[in-house]
Amino acid sequence: MMKGLSLLLSLLLLPVAASAAECLTRGTGDMGIVVERAAGSLKVMDTSAHAELFRVEGLGDLSHASAVYSRDARYAYVFGRDGGLTKVDILCGTIAKRIVQGGNSIGGAISQDGSLIAVSNYEPGGVKIFSAEDLSLVADIPATRVDQEKLSKTVGLVDAPDQKFVVSLFDTGESWIIDMSNPQNPAIQRFTNIGKLPYDALITGDGRYYIAGLFGQDGLSLIDLWHPEKGARLILKDYGKGDQKLPVYKMPHLEGWAMAGDQAFLPAVGQHQVLVVDHRDWQEKGRIAVHGQPVFVMARPDGRQVWVNFAFPDNDTIQVIDTETLQVIKSFKPGKGALHMEFSPRGEEVWISIRDQDEVQIYSTRTMELIKTLPVDKPSGIFFTARAHQTGL
Amino acid sequence: MHRLLFLPIVGAALSLGPVSSVASPEVPPQRQAELIHLLKHDCGSCHGMRLEGGLGPALKPNRLQNWSPEQLAVTILYGRPGTPMPPWRPFLTDSEAFWLAQQLKQGLQ
Ligand code: HEC
Repeated sequence: MMKGLSLLLSLLLLPVAASAAECLTRGTGDMGIVVERAAGSLKVMDTSAHAELFRVEGLGDLSHASAVYSRDARYAYVFGRDGGLTKVDILCGTIAKRIVQGGNSIGGAISQDGSLIAVSNYEPGGVKIFSAEDLSLVADIPATRVDQEKLSKTVGLVDAPDQKFVVSLFDTGESWIIDMSNPQNPAIQRFTNIGKLPYDALITGDGRYYIAGLFGQDGLSLIDLWHPEKGARLILKDYGKGDQKLPVYKMPHLEGWAMAGDQAFLPAVGQHQVLVVDHRDWQEKGRIAVHGQPVFVMARPDGRQVWVNFAFPDNDTIQVIDTETLQVIKSFKPGKGALHMEFSPRGEEVWISIRDQDEVQIYSTRTMELIKTLPVDKPSGIFFTARAHQTGL
Repeated sequence: MHRLLFLPIVGAALSLGPVSSVASPEVPPQRQAELIHLLKHDCGSCHGMRLEGGLGPALKPNRLQNWSPEQLAVTILYGRPGTPMPPWRPFLTDSEAFWLAQQLKQGLQ
């Protein structure tokens, strides 16, 4: 009786977020993290309860941070701006291991089998590959030299089937396939002249096509990973022709693969447009006029809607596109600094970071109405554990 | 024709106020706070929130010592064509750009 009472009492007294010492016993499938970019911390969230579980501090400069998950979806690997690579235990709310592996990094990927973490670096440019277990260095792959002082920046690093990574070189206009099937001896296949200034890239969900966006010219570069011997080719090379290019105040992100039926949706660089591409022949099928320059163009997992956010000075707005009619069906202003969106695994909700309001807003995608707001200090990237099982995320 | 168009722009940039180490009186305190926010978050998306570099170079005083605040203000206002550095002319006045350039030269804490 006494025991029962004190248990009840301790339950009542339990703080809203469990302290870092006690680990949770639960599945992680409905968990995720939200990056607090200014504080260098992150919040571990329960996506069913819409509640914070832990706050994890001490991750360094997290502006532009991204994350991938271990295949057991217990650990998040967080890539910080300052070259930090942190392995976070989301069940315990603790840092399992943290290294500073480079001067300035831009993101990373986890290998198909979950054993390797690759990090893409700006400074010095190149890719470093670590053991997912203890973050010990497995391979160091410097990028092509640009001049005496620097190596090309690397961007658009993704995982690919057969234990490969694919990355692009911003300054030198290359894409490299890095085969890590023998970790002691990485094999690199280089594609040169893929186009000017690739700024980011994505891999299709089936792991077949690698597409790099180009800042320095019109079009995008495509590699068919089933047929690398065919080389990289330029697609959509006419989309910007003759149009006045606007200055770009934030680089678009090519993340995930906004795909519905045979159509893919991509952000146009320097245009207030979303491009629609037929993914069977890579021809342009249309352009959708939107509110500003798109940054993220993300499809709800079932492909029925595409949600778009925008670059400065339009980053207070979100638009939703119906992928059947190609119409914008909703425009709204959730607040300044709407930086990132993440769908729940089956798409009934979307979480949106609103940086300048220090909050994450949760919307129903069916009604497109706000369900709940959670306080988060300068939120940016949101990453749910469902990413653990998706190529390219 | 083009040269004629270009001249007044350069003229405007060069006629920016004299270098001073104190905050420019032309930028009111509240606007200064907005500019610092812009610098951290919007410039920060390319230069890093702590201005230690990203797609764009680090904007730390030691890296910028060879440039005068006027030159930096011109880069901020007109961008660098052919690179991702965009012109901030639509959002900043001359004195605001100059004030930002001074902050960069001095270094933010
Ligand atoms: C979309 C990306 C982007 C944004 C946003 C951006 N910059 Fe830049 N900036 C660059 C790049 C890239 C360069 C280097 C250009 C070159 O190669 O010469 C640069 C160069 C500069 C330089 C010259 C420094 C040098 O070493 O060459 C200054 C000063 C500068 N930026 C200030 C700013 C300020 C202030 C802001 C915000 C008001 C800003 N930038 C926003 C991309 C950006």
